[in-house]
Amino acid sequence: MSQEFRIKEKGYINRNKLINFKFNGKSYTGYEGDTLASALLANGIHLVGRSFKYHRPRGFFAAGVDEPNAKLQVKLNGHSEPNVNATEIELVEGISATSQNCWPSVDFDVGAINNLLNKFFPAGFYYKTFMWPKSFWYKIYEPFIRKAAGLGVASTEKDRERYEHKFEYCDLLVTGSGPAGLASAYAAAKSGAKVILAEDKHRFGGSLLMDDVSIDNLSGKDWADKIISELKEMPNVTVKNRSQIFGYYDHNMLVMFERTGDHLEKKSEFTPRQRLWYIRCKEVILSTGSIERPIVFGNNDTPGVMLSSGAKEYMKVYGVLVGRKPIIFTNNDSAYETAIEFKNNGADPLILDTRKEQDSDLINEAKNKGINIKFNHAVIKANGYKKVKSATIGELSEDKTKYDNISTIKCDCICVSGFWTPSVHLTSQSGNKLKFNKEIDAFIPDKSKQNEITIGAANGSFTLHDSINAGFHAGNEVSKKINNKNVDVQIPTVTEKKHNTHDKFWCAPLPKNIKAKRFVDFQNDVSVTDIEIALREGYRSIEHVKRYTTLGMATDQGRTSNLNGLQLVSNIENKIVPEVGHTTFRPPFTPVTIGTIVGREVGKHFMPTRLTPMHNWHIKNNAVFVDAGAWKRPRYYKIGNENMLEAANREAKNVRDKVGICDVTTLGKIDVKGPDAAEFLNRVYTNAWMKLPIGKARYGVMLREDGMVMDDGTTTRISENHYHMTTTTAQAANVLSHLEYYLQIVWPELNVNVLSTTEQWAGAALAGPKSRDVLAKLFPNLNVSNESLPFMGFTEGDLFGVPARIFRISFSGELAYEINVKSDHGLFMWEKIMEIGKEFGIQPYGTEALSTLRIEMGHVAGPELDGRTIPYDVSLDGMVSKKKDFIGKRSLSKSAFNQSDRQKIVGLVPIDRKTSIPEGSHLVIDKNAKLPNPKLGHVSSSCWSVENNNPFSLAILKDGKNMIGKKLFAVSPLKNKSIEVEVISSHYVDHEGKRVRS
Amino acid sequence: MLHIKCPYCGIRSQNEFAYGGDASVKRPELNKDVPDKEWDDFVYNRKSLRGKHIELWHHVSGCRQWFKAQRDTATHEIFKTATMNEEI
Repeated sequence: MSQEFRIKEKGYINRNKLINFKFNGKSYTGYEGDTLASALLANGIHLVGRSFKYHRPRGFFAAGVDEPNAKLQVKLNGHSEPNVNATEIELVEGISATSQNCWPSVDFDVGAINNLLNKFFPAGFYYKTFMWPKSFWYKIYEPFIRKAAGLGVASTEKDRERYEHKFEYCDLLVTGSGPAGLASAYAAAKSGAKVILAEDKHRFGGSLLMDDVSIDNLSGKDWADKIISELKEMPNVTVKNRSQIFGYYDHNMLVMFERTGDHLEKKSEFTPRQRLWYIRCKEVILSTGSIERPIVFGNNDTPGVMLSSGAKEYMKVYGVLVGRKPIIFTNNDSAYETAIEFKNNGADPLILDTRKEQDSDLINEAKNKGINIKFNHAVIKANGYKKVKSATIGELSEDKTKYDNISTIKCDCICVSGFWTPSVHLTSQSGNKLKFNKEIDAFIPDKSKQNEITIGAANGSFTLHDSINAGFHAGNEVSKKINNKNVDVQIPTVTEKKHNTHDKFWCAPLPKNIKAKRFVDFQNDVSVTDIEIALREGYRSIEHVKRYTTLGMATDQGRTSNLNGLQLVSNIENKIVPEVGHTTFRPPFTPVTIGTIVGREVGKHFMPTRLTPMHNWHIKNNAVFVDAGAWKRPRYYKIGNENMLEAANREAKNVRDKVGICDVTTLGKIDVKGPDAAEFLNRVYTNAWMKLPIGKARYGVMLREDGMVMDDGTTTRISENHYHMTTTTAQAANVLSHLEYYLQIVWPELNVNVLSTTEQWAGAALAGPKSRDVLAKLFPNLNVSNESLPFMGFTEGDLFGVPARIFRISFSGELAYEINVKSDHGLFMWEKIMEIGKEFGIQPYGTEALSTLRIEMGHVAGPELDGRTIPYDVSLDGMVSKKKDFIGKRSLSKSAFNQSDRQKIVGLVPIDRKTSIPEGSHLVIDKNAKLPNPKLGHVSSSCWSVENNNPFSLAILKDGKNMIGKKLFAVSPLKNKSIEVEVISSHYVDHEGKRVRS
Repeated sequence: MLHIKCPYCGIRSQNEFAYGGDASVKRPELNKDVPDKEWDDFVYNRKSLRGKHIELWHHVSGCRQWFKAQRDTATHEIFKTATMNEEI
């Protein structure tokens, strides 16, 4: 029979809508409003997974975020997701789930042999076992551990779902819609404050959904529904369900994860699956409630053992009976409500209470209902492998360390309650140092750190009266702060049952003749023995114990295990819990999908793409692009079946022989203006700038204060107080910040302004012996002779009606010009140049040919200026003024920079003149020398010299200038190459620099 | 994520800003003989304080002004921000 554990007419599920789903290949049904967990339990399924280390059978332990065991691989809408918490995912048509960490099936799992071998898997097992021999690590141990560990399987397919980010601001954020949260949100909202109320479950109300209480003569649930519907009507309030606040960051920014899509049977393509909210709020009320903690006993991980609160929630909210013959094992009154609920639904509960015989409202109600109660009793161990069949119980001795009578009692589930632990994760993340409260044996918030206040069960007050009062009070306080208003709201009257104090009993002693594992942390298979071993081996700090044993790690973050772990450590150490302290709470509180964190910033939306005005022309002419920061630059223009090297060589050769054109729009451009501009440049650059005439350009090198070359480029004096600076593409943004730093902070007395004009100008480099011929035709009214427009000259011209700037500068080492026009005219300029250049054999060239041309010439670029080279290292000695001071100059006189054997730039050619030298190769004397082979330098840039028709590289080599003529080996273990090379000058072509001046 | 008050633009999110280090560091004057120790202190040596720290921030994705902020390096609390010519 399907859903045989469903109770008639109980719960808040929609019985009119039956939902089909699959678990481990078999079909089941549940109802709308179920979670995957409640639907499985309705079908009598407890066994859902195998444990992490020992592969022990595991069942549902809780009904919410505290669930440590029920992590499933869930397939929905065609995508598969691992480690989904079955207690949190809502049931929808077509959902299919499978157990993890088991093979071939959860019912028969080969890995369960680990359980029999558990002697060999103690705490720190991995650390101890997989140490030796060292060579085994990569090939044997690591793959084995990878296979054995891990929970589900991450999908290798592209995630086709839509995820969104949202930024929100509010006066007050309330986290959790239990009684305290509802009361505070309501009070603050009434004063007109902008409020966001977030609830992680799909139903609002928190404990009000389960507890037997009344507020203003309404049931808890009805009161919650009434408040929520009022809040939803208010324009200043946003009410969000299925929304988990998972992180509390600095300056009151909280991050929320909203499940927007997975619960919908049909959603439009525009509905995101999940949404991430960044919420910046003035005030925060943390009403995150509490989590029941278990009592530790033997085989307490057997399926059928669960938290008493979980069992109650399954009955009250989902109408599911988790057992017909339950044992309720408790040290406090709250579990009596679970027992009474069992009884009301026809089950036959037995209560084992560790306390002495006593009376209270609840105890008496249980007695009156005829529930069997055994005081002074504890569960010693659960019996049964894949499901609880019976419990070994004992009557506790006076000091509760021994048992007087031991017996075995049949049961089909054990509901355990070891009292309540406030959920202080978010409070702690806010920076609040927690304090230990001896009355509840748990940590509660101390002083507020940000504008936050923790109330209700999260603050350790476990009565409804206190929670509601704290809620209204806090809401009112916030209103006063925000709107300077007192709220006129009547605090409702509350009826609830009084509870007796709990017993500090947290772990059932194990008699010597009874063997059973007692788990503290279910998710990580950490038992009492493991923690004892860790302490025996000398681990003292709770943070170290955590890492050695894995206590409290992984997706559940020790929600049910932390305090019991602390109790155990403090018992062994003869300390009290607050002396042991607690481990750090870190976000996220619950696992968050990577998709949600990334949002829409995937693929080409990962970052903006910068395109030059000529981009579409490049596409039409078969350009293959390369990313240069955010820019797309043509790498080469493919003709026919050419490969990259063939294309680059053709393009570079065409520049050397005829004329080429390159899109240089991406170069950084900065306008430097003001009466002190020359003085400023003189301080920024290593060379002299005071005497640069109007209409002339100059090459400049700038350093960081530590003496390293920061950037290079040309700067042109356009008019008296106006300079046009160019930077490399990569450093454009850094150089601007650098200039602003000096102008605004170091030398504010200089009257200079800087402004980026990179986007304002489109640039084309016209290079090659025929470039002047092309230029003359482009500007027929301009005298472009060597005399009128010499090397490093500048002029302005009219390009068929478009104003243009013409710089005679060269990166290729050829006669060359750079033409700039306003960006809007970039494409016009480019097409005109191509049209006019046709008769001279013009071809476009990309960054590969650009590199070839500059490497041959020995011009340095990014690979040489890598932040580790000073000007003297890269043959820029001539650029360094001896006469004036400039940024970084003082560093150049440091002794380390003046060692004779410093690594300096050289050229390299392979001895065979054939084999190209991989960039990044190390230079060594003897390729067969014993490791570590002394490294003399590295290959920075490589090309195929089109001038000399053989490979050529630039390298940074120890004592470089004195090594010229020597033979070395360039070794690249990555490419598995070692090439004999000869050291030559870094200027391979046109050593005297005649061409640029021709 | 921090909320930083640019003295020119008002409160903005941290991702509009770049951090600029200790604001108390003064560059030695130009054209002056600077002993090694003084130069090293300027270029390299920083205190890495725990607690209140006056530091530089640059509103790179905003007005592009450098300014000073007094921040607690342990708690990230920002007590005050000021333009470069204001005292903090």
